[in-house]
Amino acid sequence: MKAKTKYVPVPSTTILPERDAGRSPVLECVKLGITLGGIKAVEDFNLTVGRTEIVGLIGPNGAGKTTVFNLLTKVYQPTTGTILLNGQDTHGMDTRQVNKAGIARTFQNIRLFKNLSVIDNVKTAMNNEMHYNMLSAILRLPDYRREEVAAHRRALKLLSIFDMQHMADAPAGSLPYGAQRRLEIVRALATNPSLLLLDEPAAGMNPSETADLMDNIRKVHEMFQIAIVLIEHDMSLVMNICEGICVLNFGHVIAKGTPDEIQSNPAVIEAYLGRKKEA
Amino acid sequence: MTMRRLINLKRAEARKIYLTYAVVIIAYIVCQVMSSTKFLSSSMRGMLVPICAYMVMAVSLNLVVGILGELSLGHAGFMSVGAFSGVATAILLQGVIPFAPVRLAIAMIVAAIFAAFAGFVIGIPVLRLKGDYLAIVTLAFGEIIKSILNNFYMGIDSQGIQMSMLSDTTRLLPGGKLIIRGPMGISGIQKIATFPAGAILLIIALMIVFNLVNSRSGRAFMAIRDDRIAAESIGLDITKYKMMAFVMSAALAGAAGALFAMNYSTIVANKFDFNTSILILVFVVLGGQGNMLGGIIAAAVLTILPEKLRSFSEYRMLLYAIVLIVMMLATNNAEIKEFLSRLNPFRRKEED
Amino acid sequence: MTFLNFFISGISLGSIYAIIALGYTMVYGIAKMLNFAHGDVIMVGAYVCFYAVARYELNPFIGVVIAMIVCTLLGMIVERLAYKPLRQAPSLAVLITAIGMSYFLQNTALLLWSSNPKVFPSIVGRGSFKLFDGELSISHITALTIIACLVIMAVLTLFISKTKMGKAMRACSEDKGAAQLMGINVNATISMTFAIGSGLAAVAGALLCSAYPTLMPTTGSLPGIKAFTAAVFGGIGSIPGAFLGGLMLGVIEIFAKAYISSQLSDAVVFGVLIVVLLVKPAGLLGKMTQEKV
Repeated sequence: MKAKTKYVPVPSTTILPERDAGRSPVLECVKLGITLGGIKAVEDFNLTVGRTEIVGLIGPNGAGKTTVFNLLTKVYQPTTGTILLNGQDTHGMDTRQVNKAGIARTFQNIRLFKNLSVIDNVKTAMNNEMHYNMLSAILRLPDYRREEVAAHRRALKLLSIFDMQHMADAPAGSLPYGAQRRLEIVRALATNPSLLLLDEPAAGMNPSETADLMDNIRKVHEMFQIAIVLIEHDMSLVMNICEGICVLNFGHVIAKGTPDEIQSNPAVIEAYLGRKKEA
Repeated sequence: MTMRRLINLKRAEARKIYLTYAVVIIAYIVCQVMSSTKFLSSSMRGMLVPICAYMVMAVSLNLVVGILGELSLGHAGFMSVGAFSGVATAILLQGVIPFAPVRLAIAMIVAAIFAAFAGFVIGIPVLRLKGDYLAIVTLAFGEIIKSILNNFYMGIDSQGIQMSMLSDTTRLLPGGKLIIRGPMGISGIQKIATFPAGAILLIIALMIVFNLVNSRSGRAFMAIRDDRIAAESIGLDITKYKMMAFVMSAALAGAAGALFAMNYSTIVANKFDFNTSILILVFVVLGGQGNMLGGIIAAAVLTILPEKLRSFSEYRMLLYAIVLIVMMLATNNAEIKEFLSRLNPFRRKEED
Repeated sequence: MTFLNFFISGISLGSIYAIIALGYTMVYGIAKMLNFAHGDVIMVGAYVCFYAVARYELNPFIGVVIAMIVCTLLGMIVERLAYKPLRQAPSLAVLITAIGMSYFLQNTALLLWSSNPKVFPSIVGRGSFKLFDGELSISHITALTIIACLVIMAVLTLFISKTKMGKAMRACSEDKGAAQLMGINVNATISMTFAIGSGLAAVAGALLCSAYPTLMPTTGSLPGIKAFTAAVFGGIGSIPGAFLGGLMLGVIEIFAKAYISSQLSDAVVFGVLIVVLLVKPAGLLGKMTQEKV
């Protein structure tokens, strides 16, 4: 890690688009940090995400991007700092409680329920909005039927956003790669999040698939009016759909701003391309 | 959209469930007819109830191993809790309820409750662990239950139920009756378990497991099995669902234990040892994890097979071991599987 | 003094568990499988030793060496025939195969040597050392067992840390794929691990049956389960863990027999295991691995 002076000054709260001005932010991270195996994987991470903002989290490999997601979803408990979700401190919560409080995510290496059907993957994510008990299930009581029918309808509707309703009965593990990535997003949406975290949604996709994905992310954003944070290496995607961008390197935020600002930021260029030998 | 589709049964899945029920009912009718026409040898007739009990055990363990995806090596422990509590209940009720089928039903329910309680108590520590460690602790609990029951004494006299551990210090009043006698177990059991009762228990067990699997709880079990981290990320309470599956499985095992025990006049704790747990696990794995019908068929075949192999007497267990190894190699080695599928003229076309 | 007596017999029993547990823990560390047939390899070793000594009247130590050779070969053959084809299979399938192999060995033994218990002659006779005016007596076999265990531990630790094969074993247990890319023959390494584990099982068999002289085809199964428990107790995959777990299990078992109840000693042993795993979920010396997300 190089000297601190290298970092460009970072505004404390940033990149709120105009439309969210006056509304409380969905996510505020203050001085977030974690030490993993003696290494400060993420340090002094500050980020505010507006109610309906799309934020890109970029940086070279190993910069700590996924670690930030793991901190937000409490896969790791942060060693320092605070995460406020809808104004509520998530201190002491576990992954499940954070999800209930409004964060849903996808994973870098797809983590679907491979042996469940596509629609069951989505319905599993609706578990917390169903209330019938075990006895109703075993005896097939009316509340079981009512809630299952409702869940089924909603799951199909969600799948139809990505035009996947025709594959509802296929086992999730048998889907082509791109469809698996889409299904992961649908599953995350089914938990009714206010903040959606996408970990490299375009990884392994060809340019036309990436273009479709971009449309889909916009569509989701418009339909659900939620905030989205995405980690991505595909710069055309990031620059196209993100309203704000946060750049990480060696666990530190080195720049924040709009796509235009980031593209011309010297620290970012250096992090990606390296410094010229002679100054 | 038909109702069936709406409540989440893929057609293929529904067919499998109906097929399972159909096979069980037809097999029951065939066995019942054969046994009433004396077509079945008496040794086979004597095996009908144990086979039913093992089938229920296979269904029960399949819920944990196949659906929840955790390995349990102590399932016989729950069976023995059910056997002892069920038989003791039946003996206590002997004078109160003269009608045997009702007594049997109540005994099985009590057995299920006791076993479920044992499952809950054991589940608290066990379910914090993962994988092989979870398996070894279930093994440990199975052995502990066996040791405790082997040293447990219970009797009844005019002052109520008396219990003691290690040695018989119940000091029953004259006219009292010692029911559980430590390593001697329970003897003088009225054999009230019947084949129809066994078949009904199996159907109930299947109904519980199938309906549970096709509900939000079942989806949660399978989600946890497929990917625990993803399951947590969508807000599933892992511990709660693991406990639910574990307790339900224990309850079914308890009922099966009561059924099993009341087919014999004497029952001892050593009958339900590690080998019994493994035997049941073998049913599940050979039948296909998560495949209820497969487990049921495996339970029947592997219970009858050693009997049928009696003519080989000395070699039968050896043969059994070889069948087991060869089956596992044939179903799990890619090359052997490929070879077998080339031999099969009716190769199934890939379905999507 | 009785306390010390119990303690020493506990250490002695624990030494046997530790030697068996080494086989479980090495195989688990490298092949990530529970080799259920390991307990039955002990039994085979004990029978071979028994016949060498009682029938062919060989020197007991030559008997042990023959048993080691037979068990080493047996371990390698079992691995080659039953486990190697399942290297990619789900762990449950491998476990069932291992259980099948355990039944196979037991029943083969039953056919070859019948179920009649054999009285195993102690490999060092029945004498004992008397200390403190005879108040403390340590039988020869107890002393030999403890010494054997210490020697085996020392040699094995040196082997694992110093030799090329030992390093290959550690590499394979960390990451088989990477080890292969570094030019390590993974199959040979796994085979070697089974060979060493099974050879040690033969020693354990001879020591076990010298201390507890009844030999039957099922002799190996309960000590096998307990040694496996010991391996988990100490942290499966860890060699010092197997040593520590084995010794502690032996001492706990003897103390439970002496001071609590001989019938409930197994329950106490398993109860302690459960408590340890709850406090340290990866065993005493095991390391926790966190799944990468």
